[in-house]
This record gives sequence, C-alpha cells and structure tokens, in this order.
Amino acid sequence: MKYKSQKVAYWFFALSMLLLVLQLTYGFIMGFARLGYDGLHEWIPFNTAHTVHLNLLVVWLLSGFMGAAYYIIPEESETELWSVKLAYLQLITLAIVGVTAVVGFHFNYWEGRKFLEIPRILDWPVALNVILFLVILLMTIIKGKKTSTTSLVLFGGLVAAALLYLPGMITFDSQVLDSFFRWWVVHLWVEGVWELIMGGIMAFLLIKLTGVDREVIEKWLYVVVGLTFLSGILGTGHHYYYIGVNNIWLIVGGIFSALEPLAFLAMALWAVNMYRKGEKKHPNKTAILWTLGSAIVAFLGAGVLGLAHTLPQTNIYTHGTLVTAMHGHLAFWGAYAMIVLAMITYVLPNVTGRKLFDTSRARSAFWLSNIGMFTMISGFGAAGIAQVYMERKLGIEFMEVQNEIKVHFWVLITGATILSTGITLFIIDFIKYGTPSDEALEIQE
Amino acid sequence: MLSKKQAQVFFLGGTAVTFLIFIMLTIYSLSSAQDQSNQENLTAEAIRGKEIWEKNNCMGCHTIMGEGAYYAPELTNVLERRGDAYVKAVLMSKIPWQPQGRKMVAYGMTEAEANDVVAFFEWVTEINLNGFEKVNRTISPLAKDRMID
Repeated sequence: MKYKSQKVAYWFFALSMLLLVLQLTYGFIMGFARLGYDGLHEWIPFNTAHTVHLNLLVVWLLSGFMGAAYYIIPEESETELWSVKLAYLQLITLAIVGVTAVVGFHFNYWEGRKFLEIPRILDWPVALNVILFLVILLMTIIKGKKTSTTSLVLFGGLVAAALLYLPGMITFDSQVLDSFFRWWVVHLWVEGVWELIMGGIMAFLLIKLTGVDREVIEKWLYVVVGLTFLSGILGTGHHYYYIGVNNIWLIVGGIFSALEPLAFLAMALWAVNMYRKGEKKHPNKTAILWTLGSAIVAFLGAGVLGLAHTLPQTNIYTHGTLVTAMHGHLAFWGAYAMIVLAMITYVLPNVTGRKLFDTSRARSAFWLSNIGMFTMISGFGAAGIAQVYMERKLGIEFMEVQNEIKVHFWVLITGATILSTGITLFIIDFIKYGTPSDEALEIQE
Repeated sequence: MLSKKQAQVFFLGGTAVTFLIFIMLTIYSLSSAQDQSNQENLTAEAIRGKEIWEKNNCMGCHTIMGEGAYYAPELTNVLERRGDAYVKAVLMSKIPWQPQGRKMVAYGMTEAEANDVVAFFEWVTEINLNGFEKVNRTISPLAKDRMID
C-alpha cells in the first residue's frame, strides 16, 4: 500500500463479502423452493427471494468496484484520496440505502422490474451516493501527479454506469417501452460499461502481478474495451427480438451479438499473454489465479454460453427459459464476481501487511467456488435444455415440465453447496487477514 | 504494429460510431410508422393493470414476453390458455394458488383490480412479438407422433 487512504477499499470489500453471503442464502431459498421445499413461502415468497438475490448481486459487485476504484485511483494518480471522510460517508450511505431496499423488498416495497426493483424514490439517494463517489474520484484524479489510461478507463466506466442508470428511472405506461429502456440500463451495464470497469481493474492487476510494461498492457486494454463496445452496444438488440419492437433488431442484434464473444476472447488472450510475457511475477499467485480465471471464465460464461442462445433462431425457443439462467450465472461469476475477488485477494495483503497468500485454503477457495459454479450451471443447463424441448417443442404445460426437470435442481443445490464452501474459505481468509494497518505502508508490495 | 494511440482511436471511434447507430435504430424502431407494440389500444385499465403487475412484482416469478424469473408460467398468452374467469379466480384467491405443488402468493385482489390485470394481459396478447407469441402454441411433428402413440 502506497497511500494511507487506500485503506478505505477494505471496508467496501467487507460490505461486499457480507452482501455476498446474504445473496447466496437467498439463492438457496430459491433453489429449495424449486424442489418443492418452500416452507418460508409465507415470509419470503419466491419473488422476494429472487429480487433480493439479484439486487444483492448488483450491490455487492458495485461495492466491490467502488473498493477497487478507491484503491486503484490514488495509486495510479500518485496521491492520497481527495477526501477519506467523504469516502466513508459514501460507504455508510451505500450500506443504508442497500439495507433499506432489501428490507423493503420483504414488504412489497419494490418496482417489479427485473434488476431494477429498487423503488424510484430510493433511486435518488442511490444517484446522490454515486455522484459523491464519482466526485471523490474525479477530485483525486485532478489533484494527482499523473493520469493513467487505466484510471481513465476505470473512471470512464464508472461515470457511464452512473449515467446509464437514468433511463431506468423513467416511467412508461407501455410494457414494451419499459422493457426497451430497462435494457439500456441492464444490458449496457453488464455487456458494456461494466466491462470497462472490469478492463480497468484487470489492467491494474496485470500491471502489478505480471511486471509487463504498462504501455503494452494499456494499449491492449483499449483494443479489448473497443471490441466490447463495438459488439456490445448494438448487441443490445438481442434483448429486443421478441418484446414487441421492430424486427430490424433480429438482424442487428443477431450479427453484433455473435461478435460479442470476440471481446471476451480478446480479454482472455490479453490476460493469458501478459501473464506469459511477464518476467517479474508477483508472489501473490492466488491473485494471479483469480485474475486469469476471471478472464477465462468470463469468456466461457458471457462469450460462449451467451452465443449459445443469442442467435434469433435459437433465442425464439430459449427466450424466457432456464437457459438464460445458465448463461447469466456463469457470466456474472466470471466477468464480475471473480474480478472483484481477484482485486480483494491482491489488496488484502497490501492493506493489512500480512502476507497470507498462497495458502492451501486460498487455493481451495478458488477451485471449490469455480467447481461449484460449473456444477450449478450444468444443472441450469440440463434443466433449461429439457425445458425448451418439452415446453417449446412438445408443447407440454409449464408446471408439468417443471416437475419433470426437478431432478436437475438437486445438481444445482449440490453445486451451490460446493460454491458456498469455496466462498466460506475465502471469507475465513478475509477475516484472518484482520483490519488494515498504517504499518502496511512500509511493506514492499 | 498497432500503437497505443491507434488503439485509443479504435476504442473512441468505434464506440462513437456504434452508439450513434444504436441511437438512430432506437429512433427508427420506436417511430409511430414502425410501431408494433399495440400502443393505440393501451387503455386506462391496461395501464392500471401494469401498475398492479409491477406493484406485486409478478415478474419475480412469472415471465411476460419472455422476461421474468422462470419460476411460474409465461403469461403473454395466458388468456388464450386459461380464459378470463380462471385468471381472475387466481388473482382474487385469498389462499395461495398451488398448481402442482408450487405456491403463488395469495393476492386477494378486488374484482376491479383483477379486471385491470386482465385488461393488461389482453393488451399484451395483441402485441406483435415477431413470432415468439406463436412458439408455445405450435405442436411439433414429434409431439404429434407421441400423441398418436
């Protein structure tokens, strides 16, 4: 750690870990409900569990991105954070808004729009919180000694993510328009600007972990994020195939969605090649494992599994089935969860001064969580393909199909248990590191 | 060999061009001449129905136009499959509706509220979904073979 203010990152990561545990808990509630064990239905019906599960995902990832930015921007700008007090205020308000929203979901206090369920009245505190976050970062960049490409890409991604939240705050009478602009937020976040954030974090980690020259890494960062936007923006069209808008999106969405895996392939090749070229590899091998793992799993989850059902001819059958859940789980895990966990794995030794990396527990956390996630998506995939065939091809009634595919949810629960074991080991490590210390300033990274 | 400056131009230029095309396509596809969203038949009842749909987070279990949580049936064609009376009975039920063991929240809606939700479903039924609305209705040849067996 080079600057005292970078310690702020730790507390954002701690919030992330707490919310991740809650997210997994609600995932189990849903998994068991699908198997018929819905004893909590009266207090936590499926729609509540689903909404909490999705929104906790968004908030813990955002908290992770924010923590990453509070660590990266001071280091890249070679200065202390503009205001540590305001950063802590931003953390506390983020936690308050998040908790209020999650509690509210249990009392029907929501919008009922997938991923954007936070009531519009709470959108304003969210917006203020994000503005405060961006102002702190901007002021830090302005007062800094230098402005790196990595910090600009990361900051640009965060600003764009904030701006793209706005279309989701507009009210529409038409379900079609509602859906159309909901995807401006959701798709352009996860298949657009969040990839800028991911790219910025990954560039920083590759610079630190491989020893490859910054200019080389940042040049390829531009190429990767360029491919992301080139395919991802018009790739939004794959959400517009069958929601009541013009069929021009079948062509545009089809072509550009098919190109989307190229961006993820480029990212995976970039990360692996930088690792191979690196001659001064960092001793924190677990952080390298998470970083390369993120790039590769993102390619498989977002790229390959996305392509598996993104062509209009396929999507007409898979749209609205568990095939989407299969793709969604591995995509979010690889692209965003793993990059946040990579950043945490890199940052913890630096802010606490304790070099506990490369233990068998840390490696087990990586492998168990990944094996668990791949088991989960096998369950979702088998269930989804069977659902498509029985429901969409054979015309069998929805609930009859659900009972037929129930067995695959046992696979899902097994995978989720393995994943949770891995995450538990990760959190044990997180706790064992202890809290940040100023003494860490003197330790060589 | 690609320089960093050229890579930056590729990123900024590519983003600007594709975003511009995206905005133009949005304007084109939402223009009244291209509208296929059944906007002209959007009644006050259907709008209230959508509000009830959102207030109760129906998308947290069901899907509509293929979007939702995949836990409960797709409702785009629900009126054709079940009819108004069945749908209203489910919405007005004071005990959890439990088709084949999977529970639905007991909303206990008033008849007026249930009518609004039905109006919303009626409006959705008439949207041109580029063929998706027909998928569930088509029985494949394979299924016919099975039915003969």
